[in-house]
Amino acid sequence: LFFPEEPHGAAPVDFLQELPSCQSARRRRGGTQERRAAPQGPAATRVAEPRALQQDGGEQAARPAREYPLCIAEKRRLRDFQQADIKYLSRWKKWKRSSRKSLKKILSEAKGVSSYLVLWRHDIHSIEGRFGTGIQSYFSFLRFLVLLNFIIFILMFSFVTLPIIISNYGIFNSTIAKISSKNIDYNCTIYEPSGNKGLVYFYTYLQDLLSGTGILEVTSLFYGYYTIDTVWISIMRYNLPLAYLLATFAYLALSLLWIIKRSVGGFKQNLVHDADPFQSYCNKVFAGWDFCITDPNAAQLKHRSLQYELQMDLEEERLKQKIADRTIKEKLRIYSLRIFINIIVIAVLSGCFYSIYRVTVFSQEKSNDISNLNFQASLLVQYLPSIVITLANFIGPQIFSFLIRFEDYLPAFEIILTLMRCVFLRLANIAVLLFSLWSQISDCAADKCEPCGYNYKLYPCWESDVGQEMYKLMIFDFIIILAFTLFMDFPRKLLVTHCSCKAIQWWGLQEFSISDNVLEIIYGQTICWIGTFFSPLLPAIATVKYFIIFYIKKICLIHTRKPADKPIRASTSNFFFLIVLLIGLILAFIPVGVSIASIPSSKACGPFRHFNTSWQVVPDTILGFPRGLQQVLFGMASEAFAVPFFIVICLVMFYFMALAGAHKRVVEQLREQLVLESRDKMFLIRKITEAQRH
Amino acid sequence: QELTFLSKQEILLAYKRFSELLPKEERENACSRRVPKSHILTLPELRANPFQHRICHVFSTSEAGDDSMSFEDFLDMLSVFSDSATSDIKSHYAFRIFDFDDDGTLDKKDLEQLVNCLTGQGEESRLSSTEMEQLIQNILEESDIDKDGTINLSEFQHVVSRSPDFASSFKIIL
Repeated sequence: LFFPEEPHGAAPVDFLQELPSCQSARRRRGGTQERRAAPQGPAATRVAEPRALQQDGGEQAARPAREYPLCIAEKRRLRDFQQADIKYLSRWKKWKRSSRKSLKKILSEAKGVSSYLVLWRHDIHSIEGRFGTGIQSYFSFLRFLVLLNFIIFILMFSFVTLPIIISNYGIFNSTIAKISSKNIDYNCTIYEPSGNKGLVYFYTYLQDLLSGTGILEVTSLFYGYYTIDTVWISIMRYNLPLAYLLATFAYLALSLLWIIKRSVGGFKQNLVHDADPFQSYCNKVFAGWDFCITDPNAAQLKHRSLQYELQMDLEEERLKQKIADRTIKEKLRIYSLRIFINIIVIAVLSGCFYSIYRVTVFSQEKSNDISNLNFQASLLVQYLPSIVITLANFIGPQIFSFLIRFEDYLPAFEIILTLMRCVFLRLANIAVLLFSLWSQISDCAADKCEPCGYNYKLYPCWESDVGQEMYKLMIFDFIIILAFTLFMDFPRKLLVTHCSCKAIQWWGLQEFSISDNVLEIIYGQTICWIGTFFSPLLPAIATVKYFIIFYIKKICLIHTRKPADKPIRASTSNFFFLIVLLIGLILAFIPVGVSIASIPSSKACGPFRHFNTSWQVVPDTILGFPRGLQQVLFGMASEAFAVPFFIVICLVMFYFMALAGAHKRVVEQLREQLVLESRDKMFLIRKITEAQRH
Repeated sequence: QELTFLSKQEILLAYKRFSELLPKEERENACSRRVPKSHILTLPELRANPFQHRICHVFSTSEAGDDSMSFEDFLDMLSVFSDSATSDIKSHYAFRIFDFDDDGTLDKKDLEQLVNCLTGQGEESRLSSTEMEQLIQNILEESDIDKDGTINLSEFQHVVSRSPDFASSFKIIL
C-alpha cells in the first residue's frame, strides 16, 4: 500500500541509517553517544575551522577534545585515546605538540589576568542580566568612548604639552626657542588675553571656568598657549608646530581605524548574505532569548517584548501585502502628502539653522563688550549658542516623530527615518555653529582683515575662540545631562511611587530610550573631535565627562527608568552606533581640515605664527629633507601619481564587488541543487520501499 | 581544563557555586555528587530561563533519567554557554535544546513549542493560531533547505551561522 500523500517523515528509518553520509557523520563523531537513538539526517557538515596547527604530518587532522559535542566523560576518553596515539609520533612532533600546549596555557592565563583589568566588567555584566543585551550594548559603547578619549588625550598630551612642561622645568637640559617674527605686520601680533590682573571678584573665576575665558585662556587648555617654536632636548631639536599638526592627524586616523575595526564584524554579516539581517524570522526565534537574563521581572518583559516583536513582524508582512495592492489614486495621495511633510521638515531644519546663526553672531558681538554686563547676563550671552542648540536638539525629534505618523510608512522604516533625521539635525547644528563662527572670523568687509587675512581686531587669536566655543558646548552638554537626571527623573519617580492618582500612574516612568541617549553621546564626541585641534586638553575633559555619565546613567536606569517596550536588538544597535559615530567623525574632519588648510592661522599666538596657514608647516619641513626624498614626496602629491592611483583603487573595488556577486550566485545555485538532490533522495527511497513491499 | 572552554578562575567559581547547591554534609565530595534538578533550577542564571528543563535534560548524563547533574555536567553546560565556545558547539547544543521531542529534527510541533516558550507562559501571551501558522511558514521558508518540512542539524547550523545575534545571546556567565 503506497499512499501518495505520505508525509516525508514516514520514510523508513533504517534506510536512512545505512546512507553513506550518515555513516561518515557517525564515524566522525566517535559513535559513543547512545542517547540519540534516531539518526541525525544528512551528514552534519563539520567544518569547524580545522585548527591548522593541529595538522601534523602523518596524523589525521584531530581537533582538540573540547570541540566535540560530547559529555565530559566521553571527552576524557577521547583525549586519552588521542594521547595514546602520541606515543607513536616522532620526537620532533612530540616536542611541537607540547610546546603548543604550553603556549596555549600561557595565553589563556594572560587572558584571564587581563580580563580583570577591563573597566566596569562587573557593572556591565549585572546590567546585562537585568535588562538584556540591547541596553548592555549602549553601556559597552560608552566604555569604548571613555577608552578612546583617554588614548587621544595621552597622544596629544605626550606629543604637544609634555615637551613644553619638560622645557619649563629644564629636565634633560631642555630649552625653548622662539623665532622672532619677520615680515608680519605688527598689528596682527597684538594679543592681550585678559588674564586676571589685580583684584577680581570671586564670580569672575566661576565665569572663567564655565566659559574658558580669563585665566583659563592662557593655560595649556587652549591653542594660544603653545607659542613655542622649537624645544631643544639635549641636542635633539623637537619641532613643536610639526608635532602639533601630526598629532592632530594621528588622533583622527586612530579614531577612524578603531571604529572601523569594531564595526567590521557587523558589516561582514551585511555583506555576506542578502536576506535582511535585522528582520529575519529565524534570527528572532532561534537567537531571540537572551540567556544572560537572571531577573524574573526582566524575563517577563523579555517575553512580552518578543511576543510584541513577532506580532509586529507578522503585521508588517500583512501591511506590505496591503501596500502592494494600493490603487494609483491612493499612491498619488500618499506621495504628495510625503513631499509636503518633507518640505515641512526642511523648513523646520532651516529654521533651526538660521536661529543658530543669528544667535552665534549676536553672542560673539555682545561678548566683546563684556564689561558693560553683569555676571548673569554675560554668562547667558556666552552660553546662548549652546542653549539654542540644546533646545533645537530637544524639540526637533519630537516634531519629527509627530510628523512621521502621517507619512504612512512601514513601522521599521519609520523608526529608521526618524533616527536619520535626528542624526542629521544634531550634526548639522554643530556645522552651522562653526560656519557662523568662521563667517565672523573671516568677515572681510570694510577692510577689517587687511594685513593678516582674518578679522584681527575682534579675533587676535581665533583658534582659541573656536576652542572656547567647543569647550562651552561640552560643559553645557554635561550640565544638561546632569540637570535632566536630577530635576526630571528623580522627581518623576518620586511622584509615580508615592502619588496614586490615576493620571500620574498612566504617565508612568520614562522609558530608557537607547537611540536618544546614543545620539547625545555621539554629539558630545563629535564636539570633542573637532575641539581637540583647538584645545589639546579637551579629550581629558571628555574622558572625565563620559566616566561620570556612565555612573549617572547606570543609577538612572536602575532606579528611575523602565526598559523600553520595543527594544532594539544587540546586533542592530552595535552596528547603528558605530555607523553614526563614523558619520560624526567624518563630519569632524571637515572643520578641522578647513581650519588647517584654508583659513590663515593667527599671527599673534599659537605654534603656527610664522606660517600662512597651519598646513604650511608640512611643505616647509619637506623642503628640509634630502633632495631625493623631496622629489619622491612631491611626486606622490602630484596629479601624475594621484590619478592612476585612484583609477587602480576603483578597479580593485570593482573586482571585489564582482567577486562577491559571483559568489552569491554560486551559493544560490548550490542551494537549488541541494533541494533537487534531496527530492531525488526521497523519491528513490519511496520507490525502494514500494519495491520492497511487493 | 583543556576539556572545556573555561579558564581556571571560571572553573573554580563554578565549583564554588556547585557545592553551594549541595546540602552541607555532602560538600567535600562535590565532584562525584549529583544534584537533583530542582536544586539546579534555583540558580539565578537558570531561574528565569524558559528553557531550563530542556537544558537540564540535555546536559545531564544520569542513567536514571531524572535529569540530575553532576559537577562535570555542570562544567559542560557552562563551557558550552561560555564566551569562547565555538559557534559550532553552541549551535549543536542549541539544536538539542530546541528539539523538544528528541527526534533529531525540528518539526512543526517543536517549533510551536519553541515559540510558546519564547512568548511566555500563560494564555494571553501566546500567538493566535493563524499567526503561529504564518510564523512557522516563514521560519521553514527561510531555513529549510531541502524542503522536507523539518529542520535538521546542518540546516539549523547553517541558518544560525548567518544570524548575528546568536553568539551574543546564547551565553551564560556566572
